[in-house]
Amino acid sequence: MTAEFAGNQVIIEVLYLIASVLFILSLKWMSSPTSARHGIWAGEAGMLLAICGTLLHHGIVDYRLLAIALVLGTIIGIPLGRVAMTAVPQRTALSHAFGALCVTLVGSAEFYLKTPNISPFLMSVLSVEVILGGLTITGSLMAAGKLQEVLPQRPLTYKGQNFVNFLLLAVALAIAVYLVLHPDARNLFPFMILIALAFGVLLIIPIGGADMPTVISLLNGYAGLSAAAMGFVLDSKLLIIAGALDGSSGLILSIIMSKAMNRSFSNVLFGAFGQVQAAAGAGKEERPVRSATAEEAAAILSAANKVVVVPGYGMAVAQAQHKVRELYDALSKRGVEVRFAIHPVAGRMPGHMNVLLAEADIPYDRLIEMDEINGDFPQTDVALVIGANDVTNPAARSDTTSPIYGMPILDVDKAHTVMVIKRSMNPGFAGIDNPLYYLDNTLMLFGDAKAFVGSIVRELSGGHG
Amino acid sequence: MASSSNLIDALFIFVLAGFIGFEVIRRVSPLLHTPLMSLTNALDAIAVVGAIILVGEHKSTLAATLGFIAVVAATSNIVGGFLITDRMLRMFKSSRPVAKP
Repeated sequence: MTAEFAGNQVIIEVLYLIASVLFILSLKWMSSPTSARHGIWAGEAGMLLAICGTLLHHGIVDYRLLAIALVLGTIIGIPLGRVAMTAVPQRTALSHAFGALCVTLVGSAEFYLKTPNISPFLMSVLSVEVILGGLTITGSLMAAGKLQEVLPQRPLTYKGQNFVNFLLLAVALAIAVYLVLHPDARNLFPFMILIALAFGVLLIIPIGGADMPTVISLLNGYAGLSAAAMGFVLDSKLLIIAGALDGSSGLILSIIMSKAMNRSFSNVLFGAFGQVQAAAGAGKEERPVRSATAEEAAAILSAANKVVVVPGYGMAVAQAQHKVRELYDALSKRGVEVRFAIHPVAGRMPGHMNVLLAEADIPYDRLIEMDEINGDFPQTDVALVIGANDVTNPAARSDTTSPIYGMPILDVDKAHTVMVIKRSMNPGFAGIDNPLYYLDNTLMLFGDAKAFVGSIVRELSGGHG
Repeated sequence: MASSSNLIDALFIFVLAGFIGFEVIRRVSPLLHTPLMSLTNALDAIAVVGAIILVGEHKSTLAATLGFIAVVAATSNIVGGFLITDRMLRMFKSSRPVAKP
């Protein structure tokens, strides 16, 4: 190695070091909405430095092919950065798949470049890299397909499902161990990847829509850990750091999500929630509910002092967030205090509701977390539930036989009046009966969320005032 | 490639970075969990550096081909991830500066 090359190497390492610091700062600045945009700039600067540093690498000869790849990636990336806010969960799942694809392909290429002269340790981390990467590719694609509704959202379960999944994983790990001991058995490598890909599909098949926030977080964690493993293989400290940051982020979010559903990791992944729910919903009797018109709802809302809106996935499906904003404006103008109660697992990914409401220009200081707002429900005049169901189900507090018993919920039933906008009494595919609907202080507002909120707004502006 | 002292160094870095990640992410407001995920996704696409070297060094056709697809996938994550995170964060506005007395 000549002195010039060595000098280059030092510059590259220093650039990587600066990039690592910028990445950590980037995440640190995400702690508050006021500093979060600095976080993006730090991330972008770090990325730019790291890529420029890599291009200085002395072994690089083929700049033309590289330029084509970078341009092509940019062309694909721009539309992915411009999707509608309602499509963010599936976009996120898709990008987990892309990240994992990159890691798995690089891992595979490294395998064929390095074997058979590969140390047992390196072969072990390489196996971790491609197995985690492989299952994240197909798992994320499945999740994206379910979220985009090109695949059935219903959880699919069959007898012996967990056994089949564990068996597949065990075979993949067995191949990995064999390759560690006999790295010249190169023909086995594609099978290991194929099994990891199959495992990813089977892992997501039994998962329903309500579990998506946990699953997306978990896949995020896997993508990060596989990138960190890649860092070990390539001996790149920058990659290890970025992978560890992403991995811990995904794992923390999964922990928060499973806590918010009162479930363990393994329960989410191997639980087949859907079946239990269907059984519990089967034998319910007809009970009377009280319903109200938009006019009545508007009258009650305008007479209130404090209103808490509880949004759920139904609001996203109906694209009702902009009408909700109009309702917020109309009520605020009348001096009604309107706040929003955000359950951690409302929607299809962590923070989903916040983004939708922010998109509709609702100030973020009006969006209140569950733990903070739950104590306020007894002093709330009206709780307006829009497209949320399980997260408001009081059975989670009292009914030990309920499949969601123990899950922390928003205590909307403690408000003086509860209004629930819902299409019909049909419990939907989740199938859990919600006793909230039969309470004396509950009024059901039947209709499409967007249309119904729209007519409440019309009543509020058209009436006195 | 990685000698045993490199390996120990790498493990140190992994554990410490994981620790920093844990402490930093724990402090992220739940309000921003969606942009957090799209940001970490973009940062995670730093894996592109490994792919760039594969393509640039062009040691074998297989390695360059796999690397090419990997660069495309990772670059789309970088571009798309930063774009959408920026769009999302721009939407978060506080009511306080414009609040009427």
